[in-house]
Amino acid sequence: MNCKDVLQEISNYLDENLDEDLKHTLKAHLKCCQHCQVIFDTTRKTIELYCDGKLYPLPDQVRDRLHAALRQKCQAQPR
Amino acid sequence: MRLDNSSPGGSLESSGKPVTSNSPQAGLAKDESVLVTEAKAGSYAAFEELVNRYEKKIYRLGLNLTGNPEDAEDLLQETFLKAFQHLPTFREDSRFYTWIVRIAINEGLMKLRKRRSSKEVQVEDPSNEDGDSIPREFADWRLNPEQEMERVEMETILRNAAKALPVTFRTVFFLRDVEGLSTEETAEMLNLSVGAVKARLFRARLRLREELSKILKRG
Repeated sequence: MNCKDVLQEISNYLDENLDEDLKHTLKAHLKCCQHCQVIFDTTRKTIELYCDGKLYPLPDQVRDRLHAALRQKCQAQPR
Repeated sequence: MRLDNSSPGGSLESSGKPVTSNSPQAGLAKDESVLVTEAKAGSYAAFEELVNRYEKKIYRLGLNLTGNPEDAEDLLQETFLKAFQHLPTFREDSRFYTWIVRIAINEGLMKLRKRRSSKEVQVEDPSNEDGDSIPREFADWRLNPEQEMERVEMETILRNAAKALPVTFRTVFFLRDVEGLSTEETAEMLNLSVGAVKARLFRARLRLREELSKILKRG
């Protein structure tokens, strides 16, 4: 398995969507190839960063305006 | 249909502020399907409880899709207004959350199409998809960039990186990896094949990584 093959399977590896043989081969490649290991680690980190629940909090004012708009429009125009 | 502000759960405090799901007054969380049934029957309180559960996620999705707080707020309001209006047609063959995400995605894509002429928006797939997913950054990142940086700075970096992607790529990424929809749900929502979702997800992940590497790499 060369670096190009590893790259093609990195997404499936992250999703744990590889058969055992392929997973084993890929893991072995990552152990001895620093570039592929970095790509794998930083791709995983990319997903983690975007999933961080502390980012993009809903501001109180935005929430207040949402509920005010919903109350006004939904209750004024019942289905 | 007449709307009713009474139970379930007494959704409005005396201050007029909605009771959130984190509130001690909310007690045990009601099953979503019960809330949907009650909301369909005209309970605004039940509908508001559904809004409380998902407003943060829809706002985040809006920010990620549009990259703009004003558009994200519009999208948030329009999504829940449409959800309320069309609730009687919701057949409950999917989760309520999946249904409102579909509404939010449609709203988001509509907004982006309106902005299509601007430089930032690339709605269609680029022709050189393969070339764009070849890694060029091989340096490792700082150990914990999210701890080293201010939240606002990190948010700006992530938002700008997402903006560099075609909309179809970033939509697949946010639905699958951030909102946690399955590949099949994402495919159905975007009218794509399962294979196309996997291919776009692969490219989106690598290209976001590439964009972030330019900023988060060590040294």
